[in-house]
Amino acid sequence: MGEYVYDAKDFKSSTEVRWCPGCGDHAIITAIQRVMAGLGKKRSDYAIISGIGCSSRFPYYMNTYGFHTIHGRASAVASGVKAANPKLHVWQITGDGDALAIGGNHFIHLVRRNLDINVVLFNNKIYGLTKGQYSPTTDRGAKTKSSPFGTVEDPFVPGQLVLGARGTFFARAIDSNVKMSQEILELADNHEGTSVVEVLQNCVIFNSGIHDVITKADDREDRQIYLKHGEKMIFGVNRDKGLVFEKGKLKAVTIGQDGYTMEDILVHDAEDPDLYMHTALINMAWPEMPVAFGVIRSVKAPVYDQAMEEQIEGIQAKRKNTCVDDLLHSGNTWEV
Amino acid sequence: MTKDSKVIELEEVAIRFSGDSGDGMQLTGTLFSDATALVGNDFSTFPDYPSEIRAPQGTVGGVSGFQVHFGKNKINTPGDKAHVLVAMNPAAIKANAKFLMPSATIIYDSDSFTEKNFQKAKFATNDPFTELGLFDYTKIGVPITTLTKEALVDSKMDNKAVLRSKNMLALGLVSWIFNRPLDVIEDALKAKFGKKPEVLASNIEVLHAGFNYGMNMEHETPQYLVPSGDIEKGTYRNISGNQATAWGLIAAAEKAGVELFLGSYPITPATDILHTLSERKDLGVKTFQAEDEIAGICSAIGAAFAGDLGVTSTSGPGLALKSEAIGLAVMAELPLVVVDVQRGGPSTGLPTKTEQSDLMQALWGRSGECPVVVLAASTPSDCFYYAFMAAKISLERMTPVILLTDGFLGNGSEPWKIPSMADMPAITTRMAKDPATFKAYRRPDNTLAREWAIPGMEGFEHRIGGLEKDENGAVSHVPENHQKMCEIRAEKVARCVDLVPDLETNGSPEGDVLIVGWGGTYGHLVSATRDLNLMGKKVGLAHFNYINPLPANVANIFSNYKKIVVCELNMGQFVSYLRYEYPQFTYLQYNKIQGLPFSVEEIKENVLKILED
Repeated sequence: MGEYVYDAKDFKSSTEVRWCPGCGDHAIITAIQRVMAGLGKKRSDYAIISGIGCSSRFPYYMNTYGFHTIHGRASAVASGVKAANPKLHVWQITGDGDALAIGGNHFIHLVRRNLDINVVLFNNKIYGLTKGQYSPTTDRGAKTKSSPFGTVEDPFVPGQLVLGARGTFFARAIDSNVKMSQEILELADNHEGTSVVEVLQNCVIFNSGIHDVITKADDREDRQIYLKHGEKMIFGVNRDKGLVFEKGKLKAVTIGQDGYTMEDILVHDAEDPDLYMHTALINMAWPEMPVAFGVIRSVKAPVYDQAMEEQIEGIQAKRKNTCVDDLLHSGNTWEV
Repeated sequence: MTKDSKVIELEEVAIRFSGDSGDGMQLTGTLFSDATALVGNDFSTFPDYPSEIRAPQGTVGGVSGFQVHFGKNKINTPGDKAHVLVAMNPAAIKANAKFLMPSATIIYDSDSFTEKNFQKAKFATNDPFTELGLFDYTKIGVPITTLTKEALVDSKMDNKAVLRSKNMLALGLVSWIFNRPLDVIEDALKAKFGKKPEVLASNIEVLHAGFNYGMNMEHETPQYLVPSGDIEKGTYRNISGNQATAWGLIAAAEKAGVELFLGSYPITPATDILHTLSERKDLGVKTFQAEDEIAGICSAIGAAFAGDLGVTSTSGPGLALKSEAIGLAVMAELPLVVVDVQRGGPSTGLPTKTEQSDLMQALWGRSGECPVVVLAASTPSDCFYYAFMAAKISLERMTPVILLTDGFLGNGSEPWKIPSMADMPAITTRMAKDPATFKAYRRPDNTLAREWAIPGMEGFEHRIGGLEKDENGAVSHVPENHQKMCEIRAEKVARCVDLVPDLETNGSPEGDVLIVGWGGTYGHLVSATRDLNLMGKKVGLAHFNYINPLPANVANIFSNYKKIVVCELNMGQFVSYLRYEYPQFTYLQYNKIQGLPFSVEEIKENVLKILED
């Protein structure tokens, strides 16, 4: 807990929220407002940066500093904000099109540099604001307005991209579970470096129900696994299923069947620098495997904005030039 | 023949060092310029090199040149043509023949006159001078390669490393011919090769060998005397345009009391701005080498949002990539300086050559009604001042400013009388003071510049962005509001005219012909004007540094002349702009689009023709 006391509504701006009724974004903004209120950090130190898309309207609805920028470039703008003033709490709100299509380059380089920025990536596998074209996370074969006969391309798995770019923090959440989102977003904020939280989000107009297969109330417990660092990888309505590692692969088993006991179930280590297990967890897909939620990876690495600040401080500590006049007279000069 | 008859006194001399792009000609030229400065001459330099780092050896396309023009009085240009050519191979002679004064002196490496090199340079015969029609020239063959090897006969370095010192032999020889002190050159070499004692020792050894060769062979080589002249008293340094631009930005940040942030992506010929600023961590400069041009400007916009002086540096193709983001900065009304070091275009074009063809792009190259302030520097050293002014206007008026320089200015260098920061104009930022009255897009009636409130300032929390807003900062799709906001943004830029000094003229204040130029062509145009005035012609020069808004007194100046000729290194962009802004005048134009600066001679010829018509 920080020193400032807020209520979630302190983070609501007076601007009318204009997302569609039933849109998953409403739940995500609620989660973020609650998290920010709970963190107790000074409100005026928040800078929320977005690009273009439905999710990118987010800053207007927050009573913090906010900058709604241009399509795909939020990562670059946010990098400039954070590098200019590392004391700020910089959050980037983005979507699957904004971050992974037009902004793909900026996104991977933000992750690679590891600036201390929290990225919340709303993934609804569709373009909403332009009314229903396929995105880089749309499943192969999906019929959309721009793929009336089905797409002929495979989607990105955002977590793979993050790990491939040397990401230090990746988590997955879902809009409909506000409590889980809050827990994960708090951990993301706590991480030093770039955190990427992929929130599976439902676009009620153009892609409604896209995540239903893993989110329906009756069997979601069997189709999702909520990973927590240091805890056994257990899931299922009866908490009797778990993950084991066999022949170089993950396998979902029922405890007490086929000779599997609790001893065999893996313990989640989000802080393992090795990519192998985290990649395997990110890749798990229904129906073969449950889909992984929670913080999958959270490792320590040098943080760009801190390193930049330290480098400047180090050089200034032993500098010869203390002002521009010194600089202008440095090196070879002569008198006439 | 007595020794004295070989000493030729000249008011000014241009020397062109020329060889393969790996021969170290740029270094040779730079070192010679440094030595020249200390002798008390004014000078101007012009590096001319291919875009390949190591173009095919011995070919004309691979020739790299560096021209330095120095003299007793003010030197405004690197010189149309060289008095002395130093050629390291036959290709260098071929590439530079047309850039030589009649009866120029050609010093060449006689060891390079081989069958193979003649073929590489595509000579049909073994006599390049006859083939190029260079009859009435002083040709001095010096066995530069052999002399270099002999000088380093005791060295433990391999043959390849030994030959890398050839440029020092040439430099030593030329230093003798022009009476330049070797100690300055040695100091510079020590700074450059201090960590490689063997390389340093061999370079100095060969440098002296070249100098001594000149002294011993004086019956063959003439010696020139260029006396030091009447230069304004003060402390001077050598500065290139890109360095001056970088330092001007640092100076502005210091003056304004803000931090400087550069977001940039390497691009020829602008990259030295990134290099120069990244060296200045001692002054707190933050540099961010972005993943691309777009991220370069976007990170700078982010930094501006966070309270820094945001800057991005680029060349034409990069400016094209940045145009959407410039639109964002216009809409968000943030301070931002975009430096465009222009080069030959379109597309990749002529990356290492100069041109002025981004003017229209700077003025208009964005979606929507998107006005920005546009400035242009006119000499390598005044890049400092115009970079400073670009930042001042940007910070005081909350608008992006595009500063146009070019490859000629950026890479060229000249002595610069070092200014004092106390003499630079004040910069007052628009930092918000009262949260009770703050609204994102509220603005005073006079300048229309909104206030700047940055994250971290309590009570000023607000949202900005690319969507159209009303005065309170709320998103607005109201038709009348959009029209009003477009008009306000245009008027805000137009009112920057009160920071723009009146246009001044050189030469005749009224008369027959007014030469009009802008940006990097100043040196050539002012030299032509001076020469024409000396010939008794009533010719003036109006040279523009403020492109948008234009100075207030343009029409007054223009009406003092019978004819106006607009000279620029493009196909007529500034003249089109003037026809649009001041349609009451008739404009002649003179355009050149060869990737080269003007020559003084061609400007004079053109104006003389106009005077006859």
